[in-house]
Amino acid sequence: MGRYTDNPQAVAALVRGREVHRDVYIDPEIYRLEMKHLFANAWVFVGHDSQTPNKGDYFTTQIGDQPVIMVRHTDNEIKVLYNRCPHKGTKIAIDRTGNTGKFFRCPYHAWSFKTDGCLLAIPLKKGYEGTGLEDQQTGKGMKAVGAVHNYRGFVFARLAEEGISFDEFFGDSLSSLDNMVDRSPAGRLEVAGPPLRYMHQCNWKMLVENQTDTCHPMVAHESSAGTAVQIWKDLGYTEDDPKPPAMEIIAPFMSPYEFFENMGIRTWPNGHGHTGVHHSIHSNYSAIPGYFEALTETYGEEKAKAILSENRHNTVYFPNIMIKGPIQQLRVFIPLAADKTLVESYIYRLVDAPDELLARTAMYNRMINAPTSIVGHDDLEMYERAQEGLHADGMEWVNVQRLYEEDENFDEERVENGTTERQMRNQFHAWVKFMTADMTTKEAAE
Amino acid sequence: MTITRDDLIDFIYDEVRMLDEGRYDEWLELWLPDGHYWMPLDWKQEDPLHVTSLLYEDLFMLKLRVERLNGARTFSQKPKSRCHHVIQRPFVDDMDEAAGRFVTNTNMHYVETRLDDQFLLALTATHELKLVDGKLRIANKRVDLLNSDAAFGNIQLLP
Repeated sequence: MGRYTDNPQAVAALVRGREVHRDVYIDPEIYRLEMKHLFANAWVFVGHDSQTPNKGDYFTTQIGDQPVIMVRHTDNEIKVLYNRCPHKGTKIAIDRTGNTGKFFRCPYHAWSFKTDGCLLAIPLKKGYEGTGLEDQQTGKGMKAVGAVHNYRGFVFARLAEEGISFDEFFGDSLSSLDNMVDRSPAGRLEVAGPPLRYMHQCNWKMLVENQTDTCHPMVAHESSAGTAVQIWKDLGYTEDDPKPPAMEIIAPFMSPYEFFENMGIRTWPNGHGHTGVHHSIHSNYSAIPGYFEALTETYGEEKAKAILSENRHNTVYFPNIMIKGPIQQLRVFIPLAADKTLVESYIYRLVDAPDELLARTAMYNRMINAPTSIVGHDDLEMYERAQEGLHADGMEWVNVQRLYEEDENFDEERVENGTTERQMRNQFHAWVKFMTADMTTKEAAE
Repeated sequence: MTITRDDLIDFIYDEVRMLDEGRYDEWLELWLPDGHYWMPLDWKQEDPLHVTSLLYEDLFMLKLRVERLNGARTFSQKPKSRCHHVIQRPFVDDMDEAAGRFVTNTNMHYVETRLDDQFLLALTATHELKLVDGKLRIANKRVDLLNSDAAFGNIQLLP
């Protein structure tokens, strides 16, 4: 036990209005408390239900540091179970995806479980007669997480049995997910292939904060986006010439500060928020022939136009995902340690839309978010330099005060200048709330 | 001009030497204008376009990649990475002299280093080569990492 365990006051004191203490990024004790409190009490993204389309299909991942299996049960509902045999602790499944049929069978002693976790059978069960097994969790089967909610295909879970409801946690922020799904003429997305997997030697929150950091692209990405613009010019093209898809994707990263100031940032309660209220780097992609017609067929022209006029840039769903509605991308920042984060970047197909849209999305994903990406390289360089730099003594606070105002109220939805760091402050406000929600004080614990 | 198996094998050796020595302008000259450098994400991936790859780059993107390596504000290359290929003798899988089209398959170990970090990748490179104006050129190159579905840190140079 260290400074912060059972000490909600000490945890809350790490976040001030304009700055946060470095321990939120570098302290292993804080990381453990995040797993125990924050990731247990928030609604955390698990997967998309198209990853498990058939009964018995499963997908293994983790919620915080908790290994889980997302599985389609025999009643067609998605279940989320801890990936641990109740007997000896063996992980039930270790491949990333598969089909288990009607039941899971532990490979160690052949205990078997229905796909909702209930114990099905134990070999030589008479050995447990009269031992009280049926009264223990072990005798009930694989443990399910506290609550699961499938929102238009996106599966979220809350580990804690009791706590904030899905609707209250997300509130109006679901409009970003709605817009992403509405972009399909069928109102449905399907996962397209496995995710990119990119390992970062830095704290997970640096990645989340970067999603609404609009003052870094033209600096950190000058080497890639700036060079692309220069090569384009050298080839004799002007800004008004039609660009190939790769240029459409990368050139807007070099937009001037005014562009990002005017795009706007919206914040919602519980740490959610997005950049690109009025326009974004995704606004000026070429129209794909046949797409608008397909959307109009479903929604009518007016609604189709309204759907496409939203070009939200990055929407952060606290604590650890970001989605890009206009290009159907989702990135999940999985915290592995205080200084280690696995980033998985998924793309989705808009059902009944032309394939060219998916081709652009796949191009965006590999160009910007792959371990081989010339854009990602500079982002990771910044995070890892920060993770090391934060150990410098004498300056223990990290600044988040751009466009700070006194007495900011994060319980209300707000739209602000697109370069504000209000969303970062909003995340830290929610961070304190969910870190301390069920934290007992030392005295109460004793 | 007749292309021999040795010509093809020498070509593959020369190419990785260019990459290891950072002679990228020379390396870009090897490419035909409509070629693609493809590094799949999934084992035995067949579609480069509609699922994610690690790389699927045309000559414009490869040129951008090379230019960026030498940029004044390329922060992830301060200091620069270095790389090193150890290659097995290439298999010549297709030798269509009439069409001037050749396919080789080469197993390699690739090492990349920067500061105190160094990592090793095992890979198979498939080259589609064409004879154009008496010179062998790269029509397409596919690099399959043995662990393409693993989580990587930065891979900054070209395996």
